[in-house]
Amino acid sequence: MFENFINLYHGFHIAADPFNILLMAVGILLGVIIGVLPGLGGANGVAILLPLTFSMSPTSAIILLTCIYWGALFGGAITSVLFNIPGEPWSVATTFDGHPMARNGKAGEALTAAFTSSFVGAFVAVIMITLIAPLVAQFALQFGPAEKFAVYFLAFASFVGMSKEPPAKTIVSMMIGFALAAVGLDMVTGQLRLTFGSTELLNGFDFLIAVIGLFGIGEILLTMEEGLEFRGKAAKIDPRIVWKTWKTLPKYWATSLRSCIIGCWMGITPAGATPASFMAYGVAKRISKNGKNFGNGEIEGVIAPETAAHAAGTSAMLPMLALGVPGSPTAAVLLGGLLIWGLQPGPMLFVEQSEFVWGLIASMYLGNVVGLILVLTTVPLFASILRIPFSIIAPVILVICAIGAYTVNNNVFDVIMMLVFGVLGYVLKKTNYPLAPLVLAIVLGDSAEEAFRQSLLSSGGSLGIFFSNGLVSTIMGIGIIAGIWPLLQIALNRFRRVAQPA
Amino acid sequence: MQQAPHGAGSGPTQRNAEIGVAVLTLLFGLIVIYGSTLVGIGWGSDGPQAGFFPFYVGLIICGCSIINLLHGLRENPTELFSEWSQLGQVLRVLIPTAIYVALVPFLGIYVPSVILISVFMKWLGKYGTPLTLAVALGVPAFFYITLERWFLIPLPKGPLEAWLGL
Repeated sequence: MFENFINLYHGFHIAADPFNILLMAVGILLGVIIGVLPGLGGANGVAILLPLTFSMSPTSAIILLTCIYWGALFGGAITSVLFNIPGEPWSVATTFDGHPMARNGKAGEALTAAFTSSFVGAFVAVIMITLIAPLVAQFALQFGPAEKFAVYFLAFASFVGMSKEPPAKTIVSMMIGFALAAVGLDMVTGQLRLTFGSTELLNGFDFLIAVIGLFGIGEILLTMEEGLEFRGKAAKIDPRIVWKTWKTLPKYWATSLRSCIIGCWMGITPAGATPASFMAYGVAKRISKNGKNFGNGEIEGVIAPETAAHAAGTSAMLPMLALGVPGSPTAAVLLGGLLIWGLQPGPMLFVEQSEFVWGLIASMYLGNVVGLILVLTTVPLFASILRIPFSIIAPVILVICAIGAYTVNNNVFDVIMMLVFGVLGYVLKKTNYPLAPLVLAIVLGDSAEEAFRQSLLSSGGSLGIFFSNGLVSTIMGIGIIAGIWPLLQIALNRFRRVAQPA
Repeated sequence: MQQAPHGAGSGPTQRNAEIGVAVLTLLFGLIVIYGSTLVGIGWGSDGPQAGFFPFYVGLIICGCSIINLLHGLRENPTELFSEWSQLGQVLRVLIPTAIYVALVPFLGIYVPSVILISVFMKWLGKYGTPLTLAVALGVPAFFYITLERWFLIPLPKGPLEAWLGL
């Protein structure tokens, strides 16, 4: 435990380098812009900017990219409160009370509350990462292929159990991801598979292209269909409002704490920030004594989802660093970045690249402080970006996506694939297929398959290897429970109804 | 095929869309299964063959697609997927983007970008020529300076750039 604090102290030395602080500020500002613009979000924003970081040192690069992520998390709140348009899926719940507050002339209060609770959520999550991640990593060092596969299984099973979409749709979307990941050269046998003789498919599908298409182009098409109209409220934040709001916030410590716990939990299991924000909102509404007034501009209704979304978004980094299993699409893109920089995420990272890991964790503390200050001072600027009409913004974003897709591999075929993924994303989104499991499966497909095959190889093809010792059976068991959780809940409800006839 | 005419609604129904997507994923699953059998789905001398894992992935896709298909059949047949006018809006973005993407391999990224932004602003936004030209030329120029000059990341270029000697 003690050596972690020494490591963290060294990490602060790295993160507090003036160049890195500058990168943080740039990253946060870029991130907020990305979060504010329709069609650009954390995941595809980071994917587009990833190639720009290839020439930097990995530590500086990850600081820049994670700060873009924090910025995007902050940015989502601005559009939700001022324009009733959630810039990101996880800020949908923020619109419920944030926008009514803005309509009542309390936009400043709502934004201050949103940013501050985002900050609190993220901060709690970073503290949790600092304390728990090294332990998890140390524990995971003894994992063999079977345990590794069990962790992947747990990650994907909790998607099935926790997403609000029908389980069969979640599974289809996830398996499409696995199938796309399998296309191309098979790492184990060196054979080509599923390419059907096409040379373009030799290298398989790059998940960065999928992310840019699914989330970027798909989002633009959705926005176009809904016929976007910006009717925003003016935002003015002066220090007096900030101070006044801050004085009221400690009253809601219980809501904050609950949301932090929900967020951290949902972030570690890859359910992600979006369900976390809804869940926190729902819980706050049920428990709060102002619950009836939720939806009419209750400040607690802003605090709860924002805290949870940021806590979840931040704690999604824990499994990515410690286990190599990202907890959110954006964390998946960051994981892809680590691989490109030649760093193998997972338990060994803490041993071999301890400077990198602790520099990153320290930058999360600093990045969020920098972020809070920056967003509080620059809101009017970003609100004005939102007033640029969609017919100017849309083609510019399309061009940015195309450039982003091209620069991943310097391949024009990828630009075409991006559009295909965009149409796919639009159709899947409209028919309630979740996109996050698809992306995670493309990223993790090869490692999951490798772990699966290595386990089977050592057991001679028997699935019994996944229940061969206490550790792997426990992880698999939790995974199975997480996967069939909806079924269990139905059964439990039925049982209760039978037990207590009304 | 999936957009069967329906009396009351003015657009494809959600039910047909769900069925269509389920059929497509089922087809996709079948292709994956077929592709896996081509490279072998059993055990070779060195363990599972290349098609082993994707084969089961394909099977699961097919199984769950059939569940989705059955769910889709039970959907309310009056609920709309989206109205024709809305789909029209989508096509107004999609078609120019498709043309844009198709032009990039031949003309590079800069010229098609100028065309895409101009078309959007002129046609959808009804903006005046000066503003349109400013944005349409300014944005690609910005990316040229930042990416190619500062970050030294080359973008695809076409005949015009070659002629200009860029």
